[in-house]
Amino acid sequence: MINTEIAIIGGGPAGMCAALTAAEQGAHILLMDRESNLGGQLVKQTHRFFGSEKEHAGTRGIDIASILEDAIINHNNIEVKTNTTVLAIYDDGLISIEEKNKYKKINSKKTIIATGASEKMIAFPNNDLPGVYGAGAVQTLMNQHGVVPGNKVLMVGAGNIGLIVSYQLVQAGIKVEAIIDAAPGVGGYFVHASKIRRMGVPILTSHTIKEAIGKDFVKGAVICQLDDKWRQIPGTDKELEVDTICLAVGLSPLVDLLRHCKCQMKYIPQFGGYVPIRDEYLETTSPGIYVAGDVSGVEEASSAMVEGKITGLCAAESLGYNQNVKPLKEEFMADLVSLRSGILGTKIREGLELLVV
Amino acid sequence: MFKKTGLINVEMVEKTLPSLERRSGRPYAIFECFQEIPCNPCFTSCKQGAVIPFEDINDLPKIDYEKCNGCAVCVSACPGLACFVIDENYSVTEATIKLPYEFLPFPVEGKNVIALDREGNEVGTARVIKVQNNKKFNHTNIITIAVPKDQVLIVRGLRLEGF
Amino acid sequence: MRILEHPVLQFPAKREVSFIFEGTQVTGYEGEPIAAALHANGIKVLSHSSKNHRPRGFFCAIGNCSSCLMEVNGEPNVRICVEELKENMVVKRQEGKGSFPGGEEI
Repeated sequence: MINTEIAIIGGGPAGMCAALTAAEQGAHILLMDRESNLGGQLVKQTHRFFGSEKEHAGTRGIDIASILEDAIINHNNIEVKTNTTVLAIYDDGLISIEEKNKYKKINSKKTIIATGASEKMIAFPNNDLPGVYGAGAVQTLMNQHGVVPGNKVLMVGAGNIGLIVSYQLVQAGIKVEAIIDAAPGVGGYFVHASKIRRMGVPILTSHTIKEAIGKDFVKGAVICQLDDKWRQIPGTDKELEVDTICLAVGLSPLVDLLRHCKCQMKYIPQFGGYVPIRDEYLETTSPGIYVAGDVSGVEEASSAMVEGKITGLCAAESLGYNQNVKPLKEEFMADLVSLRSGILGTKIREGLELLVV
Repeated sequence: MFKKTGLINVEMVEKTLPSLERRSGRPYAIFECFQEIPCNPCFTSCKQGAVIPFEDINDLPKIDYEKCNGCAVCVSACPGLACFVIDENYSVTEATIKLPYEFLPFPVEGKNVIALDREGNEVGTARVIKVQNNKKFNHTNIITIAVPKDQVLIVRGLRLEGF
Repeated sequence: MRILEHPVLQFPAKREVSFIFEGTQVTGYEGEPIAAALHANGIKVLSHSSKNHRPRGFFCAIGNCSSCLMEVNGEPNVRICVEELKENMVVKRQEGKGSFPGGEEI
């Protein structure tokens, strides 16, 4: 049995910030991730981040991952286990893990779940062909492993992921034939759209993918226009010659472990699916279990980092650690409100209201 | 149109510009940032104090053109690649545009490139004056191109010939 | 195909190793996901579905979706998008739900 004060499941931006903040308070942390490295999705983000200096604005995601990882390695209070999959959380709070093919058990006083989210799929004929990939998958292959999945891409989805991955594809020398989105408008930051559009990549709103073409793998795609009631407009079919169809159609929080803990859940479309009900400090209905990052609701890396800080602080405080907690708590909560206060935070604010009800 | 797709039109940019006198005096920055997102590296990076302090991090950035000297630090600092520096004083017929560039291969100084507008349409050729890729730019390199004066508000991208 | 040069990233050289795919020797980098090595060799079809024998590739590439399951060194249902390549691995396309050597087909 491994004993720890705070177990943090997921070593992405939320998990890493939770670990650092809690460790600063003096708590002993066990930070776990199923990958061979920490960083979560940050290690694939070659673009420069927004937000304020506190959230490392202007720094590339990959560099933010390095900054956080260095701080973690140098902190005596944080034990890191990579290549470690959390298998289950039991009713008595026991956590079972598989670490490098060995089965182990962990007893933690508090647990922060920061397991992120996974890519959604949409239905269209031949959507199971090799060549239909999640946009995040293409990003992983390209930016982490230096392999391109194809030569000509259709990007489905003009949210931030669709726009950013399209730009990254062009940076890798791949042609993006078009970015399409069923919605009448671009969902991602307009600056992301601008920097890809000026490279000659068309962004077609009110368009959807009708079918993928190919026998053993994708050879093309048929797209068509939608009317203002989201119905396909006859006669607008257009065939594109592509070998890769990237789906950037949203993420779904990875909440499996929360269901183990019997946390009360609620379906919040603005957050991407089922998320745990929690208080303002991100403690779920299962006492001692906190959530941070995309698992609490799909948002941005900057919010994930702040949520990590809040949960790290609160989990440590609940164990009796209190080094300047009150002003820090106020500061982090204010940061979160600030990040969500603009027009683009509307969706998140709507989602939060549904949670309270 | 902008509200839906983010496609900026020239009129929006013209509203942010300084006087004609200032424009023909010294180089100046343009921020093509018209959507309220939480972001402020333009403010934190400007050494001249020419970006008016934000009240709220979601505010649109505004430039004090008396303080702006066209140094182009913002061109490399902006995560949205939305900052450009214009010098309308370059020659009788041409102006220069400094724009951010994160692709390979780099354009070559002295050679021509294809000039693109905000939609990626070809609008003519531009001559590459300078290619800056200092380590401090963190891979957001700054390319200076010369374009006909009447295209300073049109050209926002470039493509190498043969690509 | 592999990315040779990139405006932001660097891909440090790794040890090139041989492995077997469907009886043919191919190469990849030690430690990279098998999916990356296969794609670098232009291999996109990773398995066929049980009922309709439809070709299947990866989807999420981070071990969540089960689209990329292949048989590695005789073991079926290996998530090759996260499984690290080792020298002389024997990788085969999985047909349907796979079977263990000497065991009944599941």
